[in-house]
Amino acid sequence: MRQIKLFRELASGIQTLMLHKLRSFLTMLGVVFGVGSVVAMLAVGEGASMDALEQIKKLGSNNIIISSVKSLEEESTSTTRSFLSIYGLTYQDHERIEESFSTIKKNVPVKLVRKESRLGQNSLELRVVGTSRQWFEVIPRELLGGRILNQADMDKQSAVVVLTEFGARKLLAGSNTIGQTIRIGGDSFEVVGIIKSETSQGGAMQIPDKEIDAYVPITTARSYFGDITMKISSGSRLREKVELHQIIVQVNNIANVEPTADAIERMMTLFHKKKDYQINVPLALLKQAEATKRTFNIVLGSIAGISLLVGGIGIMNIMLASVTERIREIGIRRAIGARRSQIITQFLIEAVVLSTIGGFIGIALGITIPWLITLFAKMPTVITPTGLLLPLTVSIGIGIIFGLYPAARAARVDPIIALRHE
Amino acid sequence: METILPHTGQDIVVKLENAHKIYTMGSQKVSALGGINISFSRGSFWAIMGFSGSGKSTMMNIIGCLDRLTTGRYLFNGKDISGHGDDALSDIRLNHLGFIFQSFNLIPQLTVQQNIELPLYYLGWDAAKSAAHAHGLAAMVSLEDRLNHRPTELSGGQMQRVAIARALATNPDLILADEPTGNLDSKTSRQIMELLTSFHNAGKTIIMVTHESHIAEYAQNRIYMKDGLIEQIEEKQFEGKNHAPN
Repeated sequence: MRQIKLFRELASGIQTLMLHKLRSFLTMLGVVFGVGSVVAMLAVGEGASMDALEQIKKLGSNNIIISSVKSLEEESTSTTRSFLSIYGLTYQDHERIEESFSTIKKNVPVKLVRKESRLGQNSLELRVVGTSRQWFEVIPRELLGGRILNQADMDKQSAVVVLTEFGARKLLAGSNTIGQTIRIGGDSFEVVGIIKSETSQGGAMQIPDKEIDAYVPITTARSYFGDITMKISSGSRLREKVELHQIIVQVNNIANVEPTADAIERMMTLFHKKKDYQINVPLALLKQAEATKRTFNIVLGSIAGISLLVGGIGIMNIMLASVTERIREIGIRRAIGARRSQIITQFLIEAVVLSTIGGFIGIALGITIPWLITLFAKMPTVITPTGLLLPLTVSIGIGIIFGLYPAARAARVDPIIALRHE
Repeated sequence: METILPHTGQDIVVKLENAHKIYTMGSQKVSALGGINISFSRGSFWAIMGFSGSGKSTMMNIIGCLDRLTTGRYLFNGKDISGHGDDALSDIRLNHLGFIFQSFNLIPQLTVQQNIELPLYYLGWDAAKSAAHAHGLAAMVSLEDRLNHRPTELSGGQMQRVAIARALATNPDLILADEPTGNLDSKTSRQIMELLTSFHNAGKTIIMVTHESHIAEYAQNRIYMKDGLIEQIEEKQFEGKNHAPN
């Protein structure tokens, strides 16, 4: 008998709020802007971090990238004392990694040489990538025509090349594509395949492949171009001997990525006197980026949350005024037989109705703002379900929290005094 | 949940035994009721009279379960409710009492119908049932054409009739009227008192507080109060229904 159906309470709450439409609307406004700014902030934050995460994911989360770097002491001494600076990864490193780790699924050697290439009138500065066929499995790109490198190419040191879509357009424009012979440096190579290139905007992270790549068998690269390159920098000649520029390793299981990277690191320190290599673990970067993103979102959300809090205080303020204003009504209801809990429910529902409707309007606003940002500022924004549900839940919660005190005040009203109130 | 108290075989609706009410005002203790003993039997119509400060309002609040005795016993339908908590007293007000006030005390934002339905709302009646009941009650007080009006659109007499309809909505054991004609002109006062008398004649128990003797004339029995004590009781001796104070 005592249970009052919730929808009737709701209906009567809405009816009361409708009596003061402007006041209810203004009270709601605090929550509207609060929720709106939280939703918008989260969408902008999410959008910004999406970019970075996309970049990292392209590196492959199961991959470990070991690169040759010129160690610091080498950098300072080479130009003056040694004629030839030798550093970086070696073929031996590649073999050692192959032999030592059972967790490694693929192990790709990479040799990078800058060469001018030519076909007729067309010329292009290429980054010749001497590698094995596994490159195409570790960094999968769509094959547009022909074939990728195979084991036979490696064994026979064939003069074959796989171009990117970009390179093919530049060099082969108009000509027959597959089977064409192009000149790279001083040597002729047959184009056997064309793959799609990933045009990246660069950013903080480096994707292993570039659009100016030309893939040749590593055996071919080694015998044709050798390990020594000559650089002319600031007037002085600089010769460098680097066997491998990169080793890209793919680990069988995502859980093994970090232990394997640690083990490779330990092994490398054993065989390299100088720190002439660098190990990049995209997964670690990914984790780091995700952690950064979380912090970023929490900070943004909290700042916006303050306005939500202010909205809640606005609700409390109006509800307190409403309790004072309606003290006689409370007295009448109590005299008729309403329990304290029913008075609490009545006022709480009014507060929650205000904050919930405010929350929904706020969400509409919060969706519009990022949409406008994307439209006019070309900034990526992402609205996630959490980014909507969280502020909505918080706004309802705020209605409860900030409605509770005024409701309790209403219930504590002494009906005798309230009925005497003019 | 308050159980419905038995009506049969229980003549006395309200009984106060050595009822004391002491208010503490700062360091001073003020005795508002100084040991009242009285019974109100079912079907009777009482007027409580006295000057302001005589304790009549306190007595009304005690009987109306809006206030509690400091010492003494309050039996409602034969059951001691002196120790009842706030919720239990709310339930007695809801199920067994109907209030009529000097200033009508209708809720301004609700329509006449919603005001009449208010006790039924707290009883948890469904909308259709309470609407039908409210229509019946409005017809009893001749306001069936005012159901969708707001209290501010009504005259004083009409507002008091809405309040009477609301007080009758739960078919209470006792109607408490606190200066029901205090804000009305003499003609309207007479109409309201005639309406109350008609409900008394139909078997309702009514306790009314008033300071106007011509209004008190409508009641069967009168209590005169002074300084928190009963000074005098006038009872019309007929039907043998009424009980003298013990």
